[in-house]
Amino acid sequence: MPWLRVVIAINLGALAACRADQPSRHRPPPGPATFSVEIHQPERLTGVATGDVDPLGRSVRASCVSCHSLREAAPLPTSTAALDEFHQGLQFAHGELTCASCHLAGPTPSLRRADGERVDLRDAMVLCRQCHGPQARDYDHGAHGGMTGSWDLSTGGRMRNHCVDCHDPHAPRFQPSWPVLPPRDRGITAAAPRRN
Amino acid sequence: MSGPTRRVALKVVGATLGAGAFAYAGRPVAQWAASVDIDDLLRRHYKELTADELAQILHRIEDDTQKKYGVEVRVEDIPAQDGVSFGYALNLSLCIGCRKCAEACHHENNHDRSTNNSYIRVLEMQQGSFDMEHGRVDYDHAVPAPGKYYMPVQCHQCDNAPCVKVCPVEATWKERDGIVVVDYSWCIGCRYCEAACPYHARRFNWRAPEISADEINPDQGYLSNRIRPQGVVEKCTFCLHRTRKGLLPACLEACPTGARVFGNLLDPASPIRYVLEHKRVYVLKEELGTRPRFFYFFDK
Repeated sequence: MPWLRVVIAINLGALAACRADQPSRHRPPPGPATFSVEIHQPERLTGVATGDVDPLGRSVRASCVSCHSLREAAPLPTSTAALDEFHQGLQFAHGELTCASCHLAGPTPSLRRADGERVDLRDAMVLCRQCHGPQARDYDHGAHGGMTGSWDLSTGGRMRNHCVDCHDPHAPRFQPSWPVLPPRDRGITAAAPRRN
Repeated sequence: MSGPTRRVALKVVGATLGAGAFAYAGRPVAQWAASVDIDDLLRRHYKELTADELAQILHRIEDDTQKKYGVEVRVEDIPAQDGVSFGYALNLSLCIGCRKCAEACHHENNHDRSTNNSYIRVLEMQQGSFDMEHGRVDYDHAVPAPGKYYMPVQCHQCDNAPCVKVCPVEATWKERDGIVVVDYSWCIGCRYCEAACPYHARRFNWRAPEISADEINPDQGYLSNRIRPQGVVEKCTFCLHRTRKGLLPACLEACPTGARVFGNLLDPASPIRYVLEHKRVYVLKEELGTRPRFFYFFDK
């Protein structure tokens, strides 16, 4: 039936014409990763806050080496209570560890791996991994530790948090904090009297 | 016949009063007509718009925002990407209930400032219970509190979404990358979708959002965070104005515990796939058959 073909062709042509001026709704799938995943370097690993504030309101920090490079290497104390100069008042709540479990005495502040090898402070995550295997495994797969940037590494990079960004190595558990942004929408305020 | 009769006088008085009452009753319509753009009223559905019409609409929204809020914004319409299907997971072992995610959403999505509106509600739940009805959202004490756990709830972008089915005007639909979107210009504000959602994920704009000019996020999406008009429903879009450009959602970036995992379900190497394949994952109210794209999981 040739006439049927003609009718179908006309209809298809009309359909195509209808859609011709519509925007294309297709975008190509994500390409290969061209940007990298970096791990943030926390300030805490290179110095400490002195407690002073500069004229612009920024916290004044002292680099570790500014003191430790000039000092005689003394044996490490066994608890934070023995710290009598700069680091006094340090709160410690990290299992059964002592100072020497992680720190190495010496002119360059550094860390000590379980086998005694020296580890740079910037590589502190090597130390964390020794005990916190499941967290390290999840971290490697992007399922532990916060991040910012892009999920699609073909469009932009990603910055991962360092262990020390979120956890104080001397007291790693999250301390209780006050929640922000209390809800005040209509459903909440209307329901409030009935709850009590 | 002599002069006007009593009957005619009554007719005239009655007609005058009737016309006056009609005009008075019709006043809201006149006011409404003044605030409605005729182009907006006669436009076609989002899915039928031509490229020119869409460009005009985006331009008009930018102009309106400039007039109403005094700030220059850019409203984009980014289509879904091929080969991308979004999924989101949240680690309940890590969430501490700080509501930083809700705060980030509040700012990213141009929510009304006075109501602290957000697409995320954080429920404080009793440990050992999954009963959402007993979760509290108005907790006001240091977190995490002993004996409690925290469950943030936002749109689950269901594959079998009840909210989409009930919309009488097709103002809400599911996109190819899995996001359920609302065309705020097409919504009639009947709130059927709000009632249909088992996760309380939709919000109604009782008033037009009030935000000061310096706090408005100028990077806006037509189907996501552009400032909503009064009387329409809104919802979480996984920040599609960000995620369709490859960025992570604002709530994920704000999470201080790293409890949130986002990514492309079609990419076997993505963190979201790792979570789904290796963790104890569950979905909220699974028995309803909504097939959510938002998953909860535990570490242990």
